[in-house]
Amino acid sequence: MAFHYRALLGACAVAALCAPANAETITIATVNNGDMIRMQGLTDDFTAKTGHDVEWVTLEENVLRQRVTQDIATKGGQFDIMTIGMYETPIWGKQDWLVALDNLPDSYDTNDILPAMRGGLSVDGTLYAAPFYGESSMIMYRTDLMEKAGLEMPDAPTWEFVADAARKMTDKDNEIYGICLRGKAGWGENMAFLTAMSNSFGARWFDMDWKPQFDSPEWKQTIDFYLDLMNEAGPPGASTNGFNENLSLFQQGKCGMWIDATVAASFVTNPDESTVADKVGFALAPDNGLGKRSNWLWAWALAIPAGTQKQEAAMQFIEWATSEEYLDLVAEKEGWANVPPGTRTSLYENPEYAKVPFAKMTLDSINSADPTDPSVQEVPYVGVQFVAIPEFAGIATQTGQEFAAALAGQQTADEALSKAQTLTAEEMEAAGY
Amino acid sequence: MARKVTTRRKTINTVFAWMIGLLIFFPILWTILTSFKTEAQAISDPPVFFFFDWTLENYAVVQERSDYMRFLWNSVILAGGSTVLGLIIAVPAAWSMAFVPSKRTKDILMWMLSTKMLPAVGVLYPIYLLFIKLGLLDTRIGLTIVLMLINLPIIVWMLYTYFKEIPGEILEAARMDGASLKEEILYILTPMAVPGIASTLLLNFILAWNEAFWTLNLTAAKAAPLTAFIASYSSPEGLFYAKLSAASTMAIAPILILGWFSQKQLVRGLTFGAVK
Repeated sequence: MAFHYRALLGACAVAALCAPANAETITIATVNNGDMIRMQGLTDDFTAKTGHDVEWVTLEENVLRQRVTQDIATKGGQFDIMTIGMYETPIWGKQDWLVALDNLPDSYDTNDILPAMRGGLSVDGTLYAAPFYGESSMIMYRTDLMEKAGLEMPDAPTWEFVADAARKMTDKDNEIYGICLRGKAGWGENMAFLTAMSNSFGARWFDMDWKPQFDSPEWKQTIDFYLDLMNEAGPPGASTNGFNENLSLFQQGKCGMWIDATVAASFVTNPDESTVADKVGFALAPDNGLGKRSNWLWAWALAIPAGTQKQEAAMQFIEWATSEEYLDLVAEKEGWANVPPGTRTSLYENPEYAKVPFAKMTLDSINSADPTDPSVQEVPYVGVQFVAIPEFAGIATQTGQEFAAALAGQQTADEALSKAQTLTAEEMEAAGY
Repeated sequence: MARKVTTRRKTINTVFAWMIGLLIFFPILWTILTSFKTEAQAISDPPVFFFFDWTLENYAVVQERSDYMRFLWNSVILAGGSTVLGLIIAVPAAWSMAFVPSKRTKDILMWMLSTKMLPAVGVLYPIYLLFIKLGLLDTRIGLTIVLMLINLPIIVWMLYTYFKEIPGEILEAARMDGASLKEEILYILTPMAVPGIASTLLLNFILAWNEAFWTLNLTAAKAAPLTAFIASYSSPEGLFYAKLSAASTMAIAPILILGWFSQKQLVRGLTFGAVK
C-alpha cells in the first residue's frame, strides 16, 4: 500500500513539474462580437484543461483585418491564432500562410462541421481554419405590420412578394419604412448584400474567362430593383446604413423588414434591447425562382499563422474552442440561445437547441448557400457574397462606392454600373487576369 | 486708454463664449452621458438627455472584461517617455536654432515640419518591417521612440518660438560671467522658458496619449495603451455604444483631469509671446 502512495505522490510531482514546463501563453487576435466576448470569459476552462494561458487582442473588424493581413504578410509573428473569415482563409491557405488543420484527433470529429462551412474554409479538401461561428442572411420582419398590411410571409418568399410587402408596410408619416437594407459602401457592407442579391437574379461577378459582368442585363435588373425598392420603401439616408444602423432602426420599430446576418436574430428578439422583441418573424432570404436565394454565407474562424512558435498550444486552443464540448459549456453557463451558431451538425440535432426560435431558419439559410456554386450561371470563383481572390476587397469597395452614390441619388444606376464595369476590368487586367 | 466694456456687451460675449465652449465639449459630454445609460437608452430615438435611469453597469462590464490598469500604465509610460525623450533632444536643438542660427536653420526647420506632411500610413510598412527586424514589435521602448519621433518636429518648433522671445543678451551676459553651455541652458534659459516648456510638455503628452495609428498598428497584447483599449470595444455587429462610451470615458478621464489642473500653464504657454 505504501508503495502505491509513493508511486502516486511521485506521479503527481512529475505531473506538477511537467505542466508548467509545457505551459505557453498564446496571443489571439479577435473581433468584438458577442460570441467572441463569451469565449474570452470562458478561457479559464481552457487554461484549467491544458495549463496554457491566453492573451486576447480584441480589435474592430476592419482594423483586425488590416492588422492580421499586415502581420501574416510580413511574418511579424505577433499572433499565434487569428480570427479570420471565409474570404481570407482560401487565399491565405493557398499561399501556405496558414497551418493546415489536417491532423485534428478523431474525437474532434471534423466531419461534424457543416459541409458549407467546411467547404468555404478549405483549399483542395484541406481545412485551414476551424469555424467558431457561422452565419447566413435571412429576412427578419415585423409580424404586426405584416398582418396590418393584410399579408402573410411565406417561409421562402420571392423578391416580388418582399417588394410588394415593403411598399404596403411603408408609412413614412409615422417613420415606418417597409424595408431596411445595407447601403454603406464597402466590400463587406453593401457589396456583400448586393452580390448575394445578384446571385438570385442570375448575375455573377465574372464569367469563366474572368471578364467582369456588370454590363450584363442581370446586374442591371438587380441594381434597378434595389434602387427602386429602397427609394420607395427604404429609410432616408440609407446610403450610410450598415449592419449597426439598420439594427438600431429595426429595434426602434422603424423597419417592416430587414434582410441581414442571421446573428441579428438574437439582438432583435432580446427584450432588453429591442422595442419589437415579441413581434419578429423570420423567413429565408428572397429568390426569383431561378434556383438561387439571395442569402450569403460567412464564418468567423480560428486559424494558425504559419510562423508561430507555439503551434501545439494554438492547435489545442482551436480544438477546445470549436469542439462540441465547448458548445455544451456555453449552453451550461449562458443558455442555448447564446451558443455560437452555424458550425456543427450535431448542434442542430440537439432537441434543446431546436427550441431556440431562430435555430431552424439559421440552419436552412446556411444550407441554402453554396460557396463553390454561388450563382445560377457557372463561375470560376469560390464565395457567395465575395470572390475569394486577393484583388476583390479593393475592387468591391470601389464598386460599392459607385452603388452607394447611386442610392444617394448622385448618379443613375446605369452610370454606376458602367463605372463598376470599367474599374473592375482595369483592376483585373492590372492583376494579370 | 482701455476701452469701456458695457455689462450688456460682457454678457453677450460670455454667453457666446460659453456656447462655443459647450459646442466643442458636447461630443465628450455625450460620451460621458451615454456611458451611464443602458444599451437600449443609448440608441433611443429621440435621444434621452439627463432623465434616464443612471447605471454603472457598463463600467462594471468593462472592468470585468479588460485589464484597464495595464492599458493605463502603458499609456502613461508611452506618453510620458516619449515626451521626456523628445524634450531632451529638442531643448538643445531649439537652443542652437534660436541663438546660433546658421544660413540653413530656416530650411532645417521647414524640413523637420515636412515630415509631418506625409500621412503616417505611407511609412507603415517600412517601420513595421524595421520593428520586426529589431524585435521591437509590441514593446514599450519601440513605441516610445516612434511616438517621440513623430512629435519631435512639433516640440522643436514650439520651443524654438518660445526661445526666440528670450533676449539673447541675457544669455550673453551669463556667458560673460563665465557660465558654461550646460549652465547657460540649465540655469538661465530653462527657468526663463518654463511656461513654454511646460505647455510643450503638456501638449505633447496629450498628443502622444491620443495617438491611435501607431499604437494600434505596432502593439498586440503587451504594450497596448488606452487607444487599443477603446478600439477593442468597437463592434461591427452589435450595438454596444454604452460600453464603448464607458471605455472611452475611462480612457480620456486621466488626461481630462490632467488638462483641468494644468490649464493655467497650458494657456499661459500657448499665449506666451503673443503680446508684443
